[in-house]
Amino acid sequence: MSPPPVQSAGPWVQAWRRLRRNRAAMTGAALLIAMVIACFLVPWWLGLDPTTTAPGQRSLPPSWAHGFGTDPLGRDMLARVLVGGRVSLLIGLAATAASVVIGVLYGGLAGFYGGRVDEAMMRIVDFLYGIPYMFLVILVMLMFSETARGEALPVFLALGLVQWLTMARIVRGQVLGLREQDYVLAARVVGARDLRILVRHILPNVMGPVVVYATLTVPTIILLESFLSFLGLGVELSWGQLVAEGVAVVNPIESPWWLLACPSAFLATTLFALNFLGDGLRDALDPKSGA
Amino acid sequence: MIEALLVTAALLAIASLAFLPHAVTRALGALFLSAVAFVFLRHVGGDFLAGLVCAAIGFVAWRFLPGAILRRVAFMVPSLVLLIGVTTWLMYLAPGNPFAQEKSIAPQVEAALRAQYGVPESPLAFFRVYMERLLGEGSLGPALKVKGRTVQEVLLPALPVSLGLGGLALVLAVGMGLLLGVRAGMRPNSWADHASMGLALVGISLPNFVIGAGLMIVLALQLGWLPVAGWGGFRHVWMPALTLALPHAATIARLARSGTIEVLQQDWIRTARAKGLTEARVVSRHALQVAVLPVVSYLGPAAAGILTGSFVVETLFGIPGMGQWFVKGAINRDYSIVLGTALFYCGLITSFNLVVDLLLAWLDPRTRQVA
Repeated sequence: MSPPPVQSAGPWVQAWRRLRRNRAAMTGAALLIAMVIACFLVPWWLGLDPTTTAPGQRSLPPSWAHGFGTDPLGRDMLARVLVGGRVSLLIGLAATAASVVIGVLYGGLAGFYGGRVDEAMMRIVDFLYGIPYMFLVILVMLMFSETARGEALPVFLALGLVQWLTMARIVRGQVLGLREQDYVLAARVVGARDLRILVRHILPNVMGPVVVYATLTVPTIILLESFLSFLGLGVELSWGQLVAEGVAVVNPIESPWWLLACPSAFLATTLFALNFLGDGLRDALDPKSGA
Repeated sequence: MIEALLVTAALLAIASLAFLPHAVTRALGALFLSAVAFVFLRHVGGDFLAGLVCAAIGFVAWRFLPGAILRRVAFMVPSLVLLIGVTTWLMYLAPGNPFAQEKSIAPQVEAALRAQYGVPESPLAFFRVYMERLLGEGSLGPALKVKGRTVQEVLLPALPVSLGLGGLALVLAVGMGLLLGVRAGMRPNSWADHASMGLALVGISLPNFVIGAGLMIVLALQLGWLPVAGWGGFRHVWMPALTLALPHAATIARLARSGTIEVLQQDWIRTARAKGLTEARVVSRHALQVAVLPVVSYLGPAAAGILTGSFVVETLFGIPGMGQWFVKGAINRDYSIVLGTALFYCGLITSFNLVVDLLLAWLDPRTRQVA
């Protein structure tokens, strides 16, 4: 495809240019790419195995043979941390995707129809908002406690169930403002139907805040999963579970610090990177918001 | 299946409150308010006296309270009832029941236990028993897994623990966050700015139980300043409160920083400076009131987050608070304890959000006329 001869750069291209100048955001993006390669490709290249136990190699500190040491069952921590990253990143992405789809549709409809419909739809959101989300999540997790304990699906369902609320609020607020714009009126005048106006004319303009908030939702979900792991309801072999295991062995006599430090460092780096990238995206996509 | 239909219907019914005329929701709010007061008061003064007092309360509320508050109450009370329904339904969906034990018990024994504790086999029947007890006797029922005690007796001692811990955490979060954030906003790129950024990074990128474990290692194990865990004296409060507060202090610092930077660029701040006011006075008298608005609207989510965090922090530090009772109750299928904590958490969060909204309306004249 050859570009048309003269055309001013579109909003997404302009945003990309602004983002590229933001050093913190680009560092975050680079770290994330490195993290994805490390978690998804490295264990496969090196043939690392996170599950084989070795009775003779329990709780070894980091060494050349085991970069991050071994856990109390003799499993290689490097392999566990890298493979655990897959679980955490995938849960974060999948639950965020679910929250984006539900939140954009729900918030878009509420904002687009406005008035009483909007008020009624947002009342339902308010009701769910009034319940502490961990409460809902734990109750949903309990339903699966015997059939699918430690699997990713219930955690994904439970976290996706509560995370769309803020997204719906953000989208609704934006749509409420956009639907009064002249170009929406123009589309209506030429006879466009509601659904077409919403999907073709309004939602594309909401994508900026949605992308920003989605980037910030991924770390929230990874953190929530770690809370669940701490309470014994999380996903098997996720960063959250590794960190929770690391915290459990803290004691004054002898501390296998690598069990806590290694997964925590990976978790923290990923969350750093996502937050930096999210802030950078906010500045790039919405230059007016300033600060 | 019937439960799912009922919950959906109730949710739609609550949503459809929005379609009623404002005068009707207003009256409903006053009615609900007096009804709730009646449930509490009838044990103190008997049915007749309580009825009189509550009728008076309802009338005064209907006559003098702003419509915005009454409409919120009209929504809150059915929401709490629906919450009881949803929680009951979810708990019955979870495998197991409060009376299941290692070795199976005789059906007659289980039936007797169910009758004694008021836990029928179906969630609908349980909901009915629970609501009748709650409205009729104003009681949360017997705890199923703590022998010989009612839910009130179990949860009342936990109430001041959780409220004290959460309150201190909220104060710490707001105090630290505002101090750092406003200073950072007054002088971007100063030490305060870097400190608040560093705090924000730690606060948002580590799970709070890792922060808590870190504090334990440093403050308790290495320095020996504070006890490692447990509950009892004043010294036990600080570490868990700090653990709970840090992530929110970080967010508040960021909000206060960008708020302050934005406000200080306004024309009326230049006017205040041109009058010859000192910088401290410009900030404290003119800028702060506007700069804290985003922080105030964050207070609702922050309180909810601190309560949620307390599930984890209370478990980590072994604190006998509401959060730990909820987690224990949920895992042991103690339906009454779970419902009791649910009512506590939701009542607290919804009333807190109401207060925050009123505070916002009072601070920000632009939102005052919305109701």
